[in-house]
Amino acid sequence: MHADTASRLDADILEFMDACLQKEHPKSYLIAVLHKIQQRYGYLCQSHMDQVAQHMQIPTAIISGVSTFYHFFRLQPRGKYSISICLGTACFVKGADKVLDAFRTELGIELGETTPDGLFSLESSRCLGVCALAPVVTINDKVYSKVNAKQVPELINTVKTEERV
Amino acid sequence: MKDINLIIDDQPVVVAENTTILHAAEKLGINIPRLCYHPDLSLEGACRICIVEVEGYRNFVPSCATPVSEGMRIRTNSPEIRQARRDLVELILDNHPRECQICERDGNCELQNLAYSLGVRERLFEGRRKLYDIEKSSPAVIRDAEKCILCRRCVRVCMEVQGVTNLSQLYRGVDTVVAPAYEQGMDESVCIACGQCINVCPVAAFLENSSTDEVWAALADSNKHVVAQIAPSIRAAIGEGFGLPPGTPMTGQTVTALRRLGFDAVFDTNFGADLTIVEEAHELLKRLKTKERLPLLTSCSSGWIKFMEHFYPEMIPYASTCRSPMSMLSVLLKTYYAKRTGIDPQNIVVVSIMPCTAKKFEAERREHQSPDGYPYTDIVLTTREFIWMVKSYGIDFARLPEEDFDSPLGYSTGAADLFGTTGGVMEAALRTAAEKLTGKPLVDLEFTQVRETRGLKEASIEIAGHTLNVAVANGLNNAKTILERVKKGDKTYHLIELMACPGGCIAGGGQPYPPDGHYVLDPEIARLRAGALYRIDEAKTVRVAHRNPFIEKLYKEFLETPGSAVAHKLLHTTYLPREPKGIK
Repeated sequence: MHADTASRLDADILEFMDACLQKEHPKSYLIAVLHKIQQRYGYLCQSHMDQVAQHMQIPTAIISGVSTFYHFFRLQPRGKYSISICLGTACFVKGADKVLDAFRTELGIELGETTPDGLFSLESSRCLGVCALAPVVTINDKVYSKVNAKQVPELINTVKTEERV
Repeated sequence: MKDINLIIDDQPVVVAENTTILHAAEKLGINIPRLCYHPDLSLEGACRICIVEVEGYRNFVPSCATPVSEGMRIRTNSPEIRQARRDLVELILDNHPRECQICERDGNCELQNLAYSLGVRERLFEGRRKLYDIEKSSPAVIRDAEKCILCRRCVRVCMEVQGVTNLSQLYRGVDTVVAPAYEQGMDESVCIACGQCINVCPVAAFLENSSTDEVWAALADSNKHVVAQIAPSIRAAIGEGFGLPPGTPMTGQTVTALRRLGFDAVFDTNFGADLTIVEEAHELLKRLKTKERLPLLTSCSSGWIKFMEHFYPEMIPYASTCRSPMSMLSVLLKTYYAKRTGIDPQNIVVVSIMPCTAKKFEAERREHQSPDGYPYTDIVLTTREFIWMVKSYGIDFARLPEEDFDSPLGYSTGAADLFGTTGGVMEAALRTAAEKLTGKPLVDLEFTQVRETRGLKEASIEIAGHTLNVAVANGLNNAKTILERVKKGDKTYHLIELMACPGGCIAGGGQPYPPDGHYVLDPEIARLRAGALYRIDEAKTVRVAHRNPFIEKLYKEFLETPGSAVAHKLLHTTYLPREPKGIK
């Protein structure tokens, strides 16, 4: 449903690419262009990367190489509920890795991925500054503190129930 | 340029400034082990196998990427270096399938040879293995990422020589994989099926999509009439598979080997090449007369044609509509030959032995299927696959007696042999065009201006008051250069020969891996193989395509005249722009 929106890139992004093409090393602006697209659409879809390829005359293999190399780039849309597990030092020693594993198993997705129904996506973060509450998980703007692996299924179910209402 | 004095393994040597340690050592006869390095591709420095010890340096340095400096003292074989190199190879092996005996490259693998020569005798490292499925979407090239050692030679050849840039490294660290954009299948990508990734791969991460099983099955089926055709360049390269030096012509032995394997008849793609010239020269003369759609672009190379469809669809109207010599001959085998012999074309199996992986793709194109829906060419084998079949059958190839092709679709002129090398189609076309334009037999047959295995050649040739501006490009980066010149329009070109592979078909993606003493893409191999073709041409009495007596007969009996309606229906084809669109 949202794997590829196939929409045309917005005019200002095309203009930005045009401006980059006027510069000395136009192809070195690829990352800047990809940042702009991710900022606007939340992720990089194939159709948008194809448009960048044609507009900037950069082979798609190169764009694909760059977009998969940097963890910053998302290749799938964010889920409606973005689950972020803090893997900062304090959370980690308090068992955040086990919490992450539980989310992985429960949702059947890896970090950076989104469930097929588009409901959940899984991300990690580094230290939210509330180490006393470790391990910390955020789901969209809501902060959950002192989470342990056993609570994960229940947490997911709560969201699903709210979603149904 | 300044001279630099240095000492390698206690031997003094003087080399020019900016020489790398690797090349300086070669001057002394020291071959430093290497893996990712390739003399004709950009420097990668990825594998670190070529490390050496430099006095006063804290770390070992990669000799392929380190220039010499005055007074350097280098050790290439100290115990520490030997240990470190062995460790590096062991680490690569640790992440590599342990299945040498069942691997296509067994006995012909650079990694295997390296491991042996460095003395790897046990596997000490155990780590996480990468696991991938084999990607078999393309009829031409398959990709086995599990065997890939990330040397990036394929990435470089695809970008720097072919200008296709279909391959890149995706992801990072232990997850790094070489693949087309978005990890697409090769058949969904801009891959032009040329197979140069196979040629440069040190292991078996890229291979042709093999068809030998289908050939064995057809040969064993008594209801099938199995016929073979061999491309011009096969005869010049096949000997290398049996220990003969590059450039040993083995035409007659190849025919004998095919008969011993059980083929019912053996024909020569050369006949198709002669026919191609007759049709293409007709096309050229017509366009010269009307001054329309010039330059005429040749269409024999299926890799080039796929490249044009992805990268230069605007040039499609300029391409010759002639099918490739392979496809022309296949059409004749399922029409003319079938009629003559009274065999149902559905029971004829045409097996083409080609130097090429893109021909596997061409054979499957809809344009090369009969109106009844069967393919004109049933199976395409690369030279490598055919060599394996001959060995597997226990045929002592080098000692075979020579036999002749079956008649009449096995007779060819010297012009046809030239098709196997860059410049050859051009020369063959010029011979016929010159005779047609002057109306007289040609005295000096050799157009040496278009010979040599260089990547891009231009010449202006005077024939009967006409000046023909011609160009010859091999390797698709050179094709890009010449096509951009054509588009710029500073000069009117009349005929351009394009071949996808560097050096032409003789260095095609399906040719034998290089023998000892040569490296992959070695221009010297191309030169030697081309030499064999020029010698075959020289030795023939008829050297101009349209004077092939059987071609004349074929037109009389079957095709009417060059460019006739029936010739068009059977011998010509069409092209279509292809997605994804390539980046120029």
